[in-house]
Amino acid sequence: MSSDVHYTLHHPKWYRRRVSVWWWLQKRSYAQFVLRELTSVFVAFFAVVSLWQLHALGEGPEAYAHFMARLKSPLFLALHGVTFLFVLFHSITWFNLAPTAIVVRLRGKRVPDFVIAGMNYLVWLVASAAVAWLLLRG
Amino acid sequence: MTGGKSPFLWTLFSAGGTVAALLFPIHLFLTGLAFPLGWLDAPSHESLQDLVRHPLARLYLFVLISLPLFHWAHRFRYTLYDGLSLKHLAPLIVVVCYGGALLGTAMVVYTLWNLP
Amino acid sequence: MAETITLSVARYRPEEEAEPTVQTYEVPYRKDWVVLDALNYIKDQLDGSLSFRWSCRMGVCGSCGMTVNGEPKLTCAVFLSDYLPGPIRVEPLQYFPIVRDLVVDISDFLEKLQKVKPWIILKEEKPLSEGEYRQTPDQLDTYKQFSMCINCMLCYAACPIYGLEPGFVGPAAIALAQRYNLDSRDMGAQERLDILSQKGGIWDCTFVGECTKVCPENVDPAGAIQQYKLAGAAHWFKSLLLPWGAK
Repeated sequence: MSSDVHYTLHHPKWYRRRVSVWWWLQKRSYAQFVLRELTSVFVAFFAVVSLWQLHALGEGPEAYAHFMARLKSPLFLALHGVTFLFVLFHSITWFNLAPTAIVVRLRGKRVPDFVIAGMNYLVWLVASAAVAWLLLRG
Repeated sequence: MTGGKSPFLWTLFSAGGTVAALLFPIHLFLTGLAFPLGWLDAPSHESLQDLVRHPLARLYLFVLISLPLFHWAHRFRYTLYDGLSLKHLAPLIVVVCYGGALLGTAMVVYTLWNLP
Repeated sequence: MAETITLSVARYRPEEEAEPTVQTYEVPYRKDWVVLDALNYIKDQLDGSLSFRWSCRMGVCGSCGMTVNGEPKLTCAVFLSDYLPGPIRVEPLQYFPIVRDLVVDISDFLEKLQKVKPWIILKEEKPLSEGEYRQTPDQLDTYKQFSMCINCMLCYAACPIYGLEPGFVGPAAIALAQRYNLDSRDMGAQERLDILSQKGGIWDCTFVGECTKVCPENVDPAGAIQQYKLAGAAHWFKSLLLPWGAK
């Protein structure tokens, strides 16, 4: 909002606590929130890896083989292991929170949250199966 | 138009978050873990190249990489604001986050364009 | 000898001290006592100088909100037995300026509440002869949940964004705006969206979700804000595609 609360700002006797930079360490659910937000870093990391893969694919079979060999290094395996956990955490929190944002009404009644979340998980399953089929069928 | 760019950036964030939530786990599991560890056979270079020859596959790859980058840009921007109380650096953070996502998107377009 | 329980209560006496201190009181433990009963026992029997707000004792008035063991709670709704064996930490609501002891200044909230125009806005009043504004049970159902707010401000005390960004309109006010937006009789959605699209409005929320968890009336402010964002984004794209359309 544009206008601040002018008449309370400088009251001399009222006590105001400053919010600590580390506020999210003070409560479990706050820490979980920051962890959820940090999944975006891992999402970005894998997007960049995919971009790199695409680039290698265009460069030819040799470059692609080199890329695939790099993924076998312990560093990348460890990175991808951690990234996988965070990306899973992103998926689960994303689907679980979807019903709060998406309200569907059928014949005047609100569709229950578990149905909306369930649909999300179902689409997830189908999409994953489709991707796996496309990449594994050859 | 109400709300400046916020509704637009939030839509990109949401779309990217949905794409990442639906598709990243399987791609990451296969490419990052199952193929390198030999649990499953990785597709050959040729078969992948055949696959990405189709325009729909290219559109898919564009969406797959670009939108999640915007998801990151938006979420990470607010993580820096709230998690590290860096709101006073907002102009710099905005440039780095959305600029990064734009740069990544440009690179995706360039790479896809030049694929045989 | 009756059992007792310890209450560690935050004190702030601006005429005597520069910042809050903690005072402990030993009160009788009774199974049927809520934290507010213990505070009233202190006030009546041990220390008449302790200041706190309360009124109805039954979760309706929303004035006895405090931080109990670090969580925003209505002190009339949490029992001493929930916190055995004690001690129970009682502090004022977070993020609001402390006036005295457990009393916080709420004028910021009241101002924000007004800003979102939480009343039914009509373009034109119907003449009395046309009868009342009718609503079906389904229409009522779309906003009823958001209308249950008792303005206790627990959601503000739970919202780190409000703490970090005092300009943020905050959970309860936005939920209430949404309550009127969804009311079939209301025509003020655009006015409210104009206000809540600005800095401090819906786009400041990062969906921490704590507001919904602490709400004693299950209003779900976090849901209200996310649904509002979805509607706001849809509106934005519509006005982009149809710039000549009615604003």
